[in-house]
Amino acid sequence: MHKLRQRYRYSVILLREIVRTDFKIRYQNSFLGYVWSLLRPLLLFVILYFVFTKFLKVGTGVPHYPVYLLLGLLYWNFFVEVTMGSVTAIVGKGDLIRKINFPKYIIILAVLTGALINLSLTAVVVVIFMIAGHVSVSWQALLLIPLLLELILIALTAAFFLSAAFVRYRDISYVWEVIIQATFYATPILYAMTRIPHVYAKILILNPFAQVIQDSRYVLITHSTETISTIYNGDRWIWAIPIGLTIILVALTTTYFRRRSHAFAEEV
Amino acid sequence: MEKEVVIKVENVSKNFLLPHERAGSVKGVFTSMFSKATKKNETQHALKDISFEVKKGEFFGIVGRNGSGKSTLLKILAQIYQPTKGKIHISGKLVPFIELGVGFNPELTGRDNVYLNGAVLGFSKKQIEEIYDEIVDFAELRRFMDQKLKNYSSGMQVRLAFSLAIRAKADILLFDEVLAVGDADFMRKCFNHFRELKKQQKTVVFVSHDMNSIREYCDRALLIDNSRMVTMDTANEVAKEYSRMFFDSDTSTGNLKKEKRWGNKKISYTNLSINTKILSDQKYLEVTCIAKANEDLEEVIFGFLVKNASGLNLLGINSKIKRQSIKNLKKGDKTKIQWNIPNIFADGTYILDPSIVLYNGEVCDWWEDALTFDVRKEDHAAYIVAPDIGLEITGHYVK
Repeated sequence: MHKLRQRYRYSVILLREIVRTDFKIRYQNSFLGYVWSLLRPLLLFVILYFVFTKFLKVGTGVPHYPVYLLLGLLYWNFFVEVTMGSVTAIVGKGDLIRKINFPKYIIILAVLTGALINLSLTAVVVVIFMIAGHVSVSWQALLLIPLLLELILIALTAAFFLSAAFVRYRDISYVWEVIIQATFYATPILYAMTRIPHVYAKILILNPFAQVIQDSRYVLITHSTETISTIYNGDRWIWAIPIGLTIILVALTTTYFRRRSHAFAEEV
Repeated sequence: MEKEVVIKVENVSKNFLLPHERAGSVKGVFTSMFSKATKKNETQHALKDISFEVKKGEFFGIVGRNGSGKSTLLKILAQIYQPTKGKIHISGKLVPFIELGVGFNPELTGRDNVYLNGAVLGFSKKQIEEIYDEIVDFAELRRFMDQKLKNYSSGMQVRLAFSLAIRAKADILLFDEVLAVGDADFMRKCFNHFRELKKQQKTVVFVSHDMNSIREYCDRALLIDNSRMVTMDTANEVAKEYSRMFFDSDTSTGNLKKEKRWGNKKISYTNLSINTKILSDQKYLEVTCIAKANEDLEEVIFGFLVKNASGLNLLGINSKIKRQSIKNLKKGDKTKIQWNIPNIFADGTYILDPSIVLYNGEVCDWWEDALTFDVRKEDHAAYIVAPDIGLEITGHYVK
């Protein structure tokens, strides 16, 4: 344990200080400062809530739709923050990279940490909504821990790939903006899985991100929501596909990042 | 006792790929895939087959001209760049000072920057808190710590960065010469710090082209030119070799630099010579110039200027100052001018510019970089001039 701490001591020190700095810089000169990172997703939530419960009524039939929507949005928000933040992260720290050698993954972990802090703060709002909406919580809620871990891995795998690829191909940031728009609609954030044709539902749910969102809603909010297993007629093994996909992608992208990171100093 | 080797560099080469048309975009990848003609990568060999070892407690210098590859080598030692070929092995904690204040952010306060830069150098928040007062006092910046760094003068920034840097706990330190750009006061602090490091038996790798500091601080040095190792020897020998390198390259092209010669040529030099190209302990440097008048002239003034290798004008004189007048020259007249310059020069390479002007200030012949000479004395002094100073002590002394 002591040895492990010695080994990662520098990384931890640097990570902490980079996270702190990024926060200070992001919110300086703004009146509400940090409150914005809470306010932004909530305001977005209010807009979407009105549009989808009062005008379009997408949420009819979904129990606890406000919480259901809010949870999806927070996951989405987290994913966007990590990936969009990471694309330019390595290049943005070019000055540091050219002057001193340090583990480059720290830059990505710093982005992740920032997003995690935001996620945990907005999670408080989810709890408030759950209490207000009388959502009953069972022990199954503990399953959120592995689910959140999977969510983190999904975001990280994209972040590692995007940031390393961006060093060489600066088009990545534009491409990713388009992809992220498409992902927003391809993931059941606004709508329930029952509302789309079964054939498409079967494909969409294989996306690990969709699987995590649906599973989280299932264990936390309502058992009447669809999960990958219910879409595939109760087949439990089907979980192996999104989870296996996540693990394979993490292995591939971290390897890619590690290989490319040796050349960052020359290319940023 | 044989000391432990802390830096081992084995046959290191570094190539940079310089694509003429860089595939910096996805479109670039596609277009270059289909057009064969435009795809040309030029390989730049920044370093070729470099090997050396540095032992614990040694001050090791790396010298070379601009673009010789010494900064690339430093970045490889700092593990910022990976060598293309070869291996490096480093034992102990290494802190590079390629630039002071790495990670400094202009938008943050001085205080925040101390913590940030401290983290880059490996200090935890707690450790910085312990030495914070020391750092601020040494930098003499207490009043400014809550101001944003962008409002600091560059001197203040360097002071803050330096007082933090000298507290970094490292076994091996890499210094780039860019550190020595501060004012005289700062440079003195830098060099005092070097002495301190030397006392503490730290291993230091020091890149510079200031031969005086190399001679003063380094035990051994490596000379790189054109990406290759030229010599590795004691600091003194390497410094000599370095000056010789400039000397050789200057004499080979020196007299061809016609564009550096200007004036209306009413009278011009036809021949220049010096008694020795390498001045050691001779008392005088003799410079002989022959000038030919190309028309009738009333009065002319002969003069010259001596510059050192970094372009500093060391001395200059002319016939008018020496109260010698050269009058009524007829067309075709030849004049021989001999200067005897006392050998007050410190080691290094010097450049001599002879000139001829008319009494009214008209320039007839001004020949920049016409002659070069080298000074290599027995006793080395790290100052601008090294005249033969007499010493006589009377009274109490021990023979």
